[in-house]
Amino acid sequence: MGRMLDTSAIGGCKPDSAICTRGVTRDFTAGQQTITVLHGIDLDIRAGEMTFLVGESGSGKTTLISIMCGILWPTLGEVKVFGTDIYDLDDTALVEFRLNNIGFIFQQYNLIPSIDAASNAAVPLIAQGMDRHEARERAVEMMAKLNIRDQADKLPSQLSGGQQQRVAIARALVHEPRLVVCDEPTAALDAASGRRVMDLLREVAVAEDRACIIVTHDNRVFDLADRILMLEDGKIIHDGSEMPEDH
Amino acid sequence: MIWIAIRMLTGDAQKFYGLVFGIAFSTLLITQQLTIFVNLIERGASGVYNVSSADVWVMDPVSRTTDVAYAMPSTALDKVRGVPGVEWAVPHLRAQASVRTKDGDLEGVAVIGVDDATLIGLPKAMVEGSPDVLSQPDSVIIDDVGTTRMFPDQSPIGERLELNDQRAVVRGIADAIPSFTSTVVLYTKYSRALNFVPGTRNRLSFVLVGAEDPAQAKALSERIERETGLKAQTRDEFARDGVQFIIENTGIPLNFGITVALGFIVGVAIVGLTFSLFIRDNIKQFGALKAIGVTNRKIRRMVIAQAGLVGITGYGLGVLGTIAFIWSFSANPTFKGFYIPWQIPLISLAAVALILALTGWLALRNVLKTEPAAVFR
Ligand SMILES: Nc1ncnc2c1ncn2[C@@H]1O[C@H](COP(=O)(O)OP(=O)(O)OP(=O)(O)O)[C@@H](O)[C@H]1O
Ligand SMILES: [Mg+2]
Repeated sequence: MGRMLDTSAIGGCKPDSAICTRGVTRDFTAGQQTITVLHGIDLDIRAGEMTFLVGESGSGKTTLISIMCGILWPTLGEVKVFGTDIYDLDDTALVEFRLNNIGFIFQQYNLIPSIDAASNAAVPLIAQGMDRHEARERAVEMMAKLNIRDQADKLPSQLSGGQQQRVAIARALVHEPRLVVCDEPTAALDAASGRRVMDLLREVAVAEDRACIIVTHDNRVFDLADRILMLEDGKIIHDGSEMPEDH
Repeated sequence: MIWIAIRMLTGDAQKFYGLVFGIAFSTLLITQQLTIFVNLIERGASGVYNVSSADVWVMDPVSRTTDVAYAMPSTALDKVRGVPGVEWAVPHLRAQASVRTKDGDLEGVAVIGVDDATLIGLPKAMVEGSPDVLSQPDSVIIDDVGTTRMFPDQSPIGERLELNDQRAVVRGIADAIPSFTSTVVLYTKYSRALNFVPGTRNRLSFVLVGAEDPAQAKALSERIERETGLKAQTRDEFARDGVQFIIENTGIPLNFGITVALGFIVGVAIVGLTFSLFIRDNIKQFGALKAIGVTNRKIRRMVIAQAGLVGITGYGLGVLGTIAFIWSFSANPTFKGFYIPWQIPLISLAAVALILALTGWLALRNVLKTEPAAVFR
């Protein structure tokens, strides 16, 4: 027990943080030029909260959450997700860590066009080795929670953009990951649908031992956040339960 | 995951059939060209294969193939018969001659004189008539391919020929493998062949030998060489010499080899392009799968399953196509006796597998090693 506390305290991570980043920096090289998109981000994300990440276009939001969910390597710094230093894992172990712990919804859904919506939503369970039919049934249940049960048998191309997004959300949540990461889930939706998706995410993804991070521009849903982080030029400039006054 | 892989593949029927067709076509190209090539080359050994009962062929030391032979004195026959381990030995004459047909056309033919008593030297089977017809006066037996060439629309039986100005009557048709040049062949008894083919003192082209122990043919041929000073080759060696002669002395193998190579390259291009295009079309899905948590190993296995399915379907169709091709042309004398050596389908299978593996690997390389975030941008 004491040892566990010791290890989780390394690098100054708080023992109860779901995600902990220390000194996370990321550079991109385009031709001759190297630009630094994130400058030494130190963050502790708590479980049981809905955390919003806001900021202007190009401020590095997508880059930061990609690093947090283990699909983009930081140039410097470390990232712990539920105590695991994920970029210390080898490639296969990191892939398996993502499979068992992380769900994400990006603006590109990348659904598989030739299998129906429910099978798409079942992909993480199938990848975990669950029987295909059982996995699909579980996915249909998740789709029911997202109000798209009746779309289960359709191919992605037969769905509207909003329905496809909810399939992607079902896919992100179906295996009940402990960390859910969402990039602008309401950008493509009207006010009412956007609100509904946010309510759904709150309902499904926020729990005692789970963390949920959402990137959004949408001031109509800010009231749903437990915590709002603001990014500017790759630095956290605000951290609180409300938006800063001047915004 | 394999199920997903297969659905990814077959989901777009048009692309799937395109892929299968591409592989079937390349397999057909490779298999069919190689088959024709090998069979054509093997025609160089048809003279040997047509006399399947001879274990050893004995000839003058300068002779090279059934058609490039220098005659020996007739005493050679007795010398060979005296060698221990020789069960029987018979004379065999092969010579060029010209025939004047009824219409007055002149045609070059090969005359083969077979042993008077045993008729060893004739092909095993007859299409029409029996080998015994050779005991009738002036009898010759024509080979079946020669028939289609010399008597395209009629039965040759009973036809009279002027063979080097001597009278000959066709009384049978032999079922023989045609030679590389598809020359018309006339079989007759050795003694009569000596009359048909005028010339020098020495006219014994070969002595055909049956071994007491056919399994020891190699040792027997060496003993014959030692004791007679003649050249002796086992059936297999002599067949190989015939093939080798074609390879070395005609431009056809080279030209054909180029065709085979072109077929191969075209096949590689078709298979490689279609399969790598398919993978590229699905690169985002593969990337998303990797991001979600499918390991490189499983992704590789998915691609192997996809390659396996299109590969086996396309390959199967291609081989069937080749069989259909050979079969539908089997009546044509040019393709007589054509078969598909078992190595050829294996070669094309290996080629298809190699191409699919290589293109799949090349196309996937980026997904397998880059950061999965790339597919979400
Ligand atoms: N793969 C990449 N290669 C080069 N530059 C990149 C790459 N990914 C991001 N960038 C750059 O990093 C900066 C931050 O990008 P990011 O996508 O994180 O911004 P964002 O805050 O999500 O913006 P938006 O609100 O428009 O989505 C941008 O200037 C972008 O051009
Ligand atoms: Mg973004």
